[in-house]
Amino acid sequence: MAVITTKEITKIYRQGDIEVHALNGVSIQFEKGEFTAIVGPSGSGKTTLLNAIGGLDTPTSGSVVIDGQDITRLNSNELIDFRLNNIGFVFQAYNLIPVLTAEENVSFIMLLQGVPASKRKQRACRLLEEVGLSEQLSRRPAQLSGGQQQRVAVARALASKPKFVLADEPTANLDSKSTGNLLDIMAKLSQEEGMTFIFSTHDQRVIDRAKRIITLEDGKIISDVTV
Amino acid sequence: MKTLIKIAWRNIWRNKLRSSVVILSIILGIWAGLFIMAMTLGLNEQRINGAIDTYLSHIQIHHPGYLDDPNIKSTLSEVDKLEQVAGSIPEIKAYEKRILATGMANSAGGAYGVQIIGINPVNERNLTSIHQQLTEGSYFQKYKKNPVIIGKKLADKLHLKVRSKLVASIQNINNDIITSSFRVEGIFQTNNSVFDESSIFVREGDLRKITGLMAGYHEVAIRCKSIDQTDAVLARLQSEITRDKVEGWKDIAPELGYAQEMMSSMIYLFMGIVLLALAFSIINTMLMAVLERKKELGMLMAIGMNKWRIFSMITLETLFIAMIATPIGMLLSWGVIAYFQRHGIDLSMVAEGLSSLGVGSKIYTFLPTKEYWIITLMTLVVAFLSSLFPARRALKLRPTEAIST
Ligand SMILES: Nc1ncnc2c1ncn2[C@@H]1O[C@H](COP(=O)(O)OP(=O)(O)O)[C@@H](O)[C@H]1O
Ligand SMILES: [Mg+2]
Repeated sequence: MAVITTKEITKIYRQGDIEVHALNGVSIQFEKGEFTAIVGPSGSGKTTLLNAIGGLDTPTSGSVVIDGQDITRLNSNELIDFRLNNIGFVFQAYNLIPVLTAEENVSFIMLLQGVPASKRKQRACRLLEEVGLSEQLSRRPAQLSGGQQQRVAVARALASKPKFVLADEPTANLDSKSTGNLLDIMAKLSQEEGMTFIFSTHDQRVIDRAKRIITLEDGKIISDVTV
Repeated sequence: MKTLIKIAWRNIWRNKLRSSVVILSIILGIWAGLFIMAMTLGLNEQRINGAIDTYLSHIQIHHPGYLDDPNIKSTLSEVDKLEQVAGSIPEIKAYEKRILATGMANSAGGAYGVQIIGINPVNERNLTSIHQQLTEGSYFQKYKKNPVIIGKKLADKLHLKVRSKLVASIQNINNDIITSSFRVEGIFQTNNSVFDESSIFVREGDLRKITGLMAGYHEVAIRCKSIDQTDAVLARLQSEITRDKVEGWKDIAPELGYAQEMMSSMIYLFMGIVLLALAFSIINTMLMAVLERKKELGMLMAIGMNKWRIFSMITLETLFIAMIATPIGMLLSWGVIAYFQRHGIDLSMVAEGLSSLGVGSKIYTFLPTKEYWIITLMTLVVAFLSSLFPARRALKLRPTEAIST
């Protein structure tokens, strides 16, 4: 069964008299364990689509069904809780709480979920070890490189045991070595833990690593290839 | 909650300069506010004590019509009963029976209206502190015939010195004006220049001879062991003495009581203004802190931090700032106020003005402990209320806006 099913979602942004059709009827399904890239030129609607799937924004029409639940019907408070317990996020930047250490950042999301302290610590350390940061547990974000920060964000995204992880251009700010490193880790976690990853990118090296490539143009899917 | 506290606490120190500026402004605001309060209260206390020590005492009894129309024949009706009752009230420290007359003091320097107070010098010492406030001369010890103690202000106006002759025209019991001469034995200076200018002390016996009033008294002044006992003693006396008028210091000098009440409301108004200014500075700072962290707050909402927690975090940050500043401000204020409570603030440069207010050239600050607690509480409440606005602003952020790059 599909983890995510979108039906005919549209998103219209109104700016004064001008209407921007950011999404024009996107219907798509994602299965468990996928490692999928959403690609397309800038302004094609990648971020808008990820925001709709992630419950960060409500589409103008259409439905987003996650595990049988239509999240477009949830109010903003319900959405916050839904996101907390079902979705992991990795953003392009500003992923971490600057005043907390790497370990505390990863623990924090489990704290929000109400996981007991001892379990939090254990899981945070294990995940940080998996992303190769067991030496940097007590560093704050400012003391980590951009690539290391993104790896903490991946560990944080997994810590809440989400149904899938959304990453909007996670490598946009990284050099090629860090980009490769981050993708290795994401691919490994996808395989080992069966975690679903959906990320947007316009970096060819990232696209090459994806198992499924969905191409958007002007808010429409123009191709959907599984390799 | 523990982690939220940790985050909030660390967030304060992200912009050290900005937080320090708010903390400092709260400290200074509290300090300035409390110091002004303590100065005002101290001034008022001194004014009241000064008036009580020099002429008011705590309670005075007169013939019911005397104060409106100081007729020499309006003497007290119940002196014997009064003495009996007063003797049975342990809170009363001393009382003094006086006779009063009005007249004009003359000299080459001019003529000034004065109240002539006829006293028993030995007993009067228990009531008033004039004998301690002599700048020159002595207190009814030297001269056998008609000694007088006068205020410095009057002495200056009349160009009188110790041993000078003071000529006074006094109304006697038959409404005739009698001219008598007195010898200046002492010159006093109180904090009240009006009193110094218009009151002179003579011996009761001398004044009786001049006025022909052979019996009766115009005034009984009572001093309690402490000013706080005034109301109780007053009630007791009023229930026993019905034909004469028994009044407390607040009734006799209502301006002192009003001033006290008015100053209390004024200082709270003043403190309110200070706190309002602090509220604006807190709101401004916290709003800046929120808007500066738009993306971070958006990220927190995106990953699932609910509104209540975001709200608490901002409120906690504000409260922490207040909780750092308030005790420091209180301690600083307490130290400074305690220092000036002991040593006084020397205002001799403006003392001339203060003297007509009835206080000395030094102000001794005074602030009851209760006020420190009230202001602490008020500051924390104001900080909390000030945090609501920025915290609400944080809730209005949308995760998408906040994280879009
Ligand atoms: N908040 C917004 N208000 C108005 N227009 C927007 C907003 N967000 C995105 N858009 C528009 O929607 C279209 C799709 O944007 P986006 O989803 O960010 O594309 P991508 O992520 O592929 O670059 C663009 O034309 C963009 O200008
Ligand atoms: Mg985008």
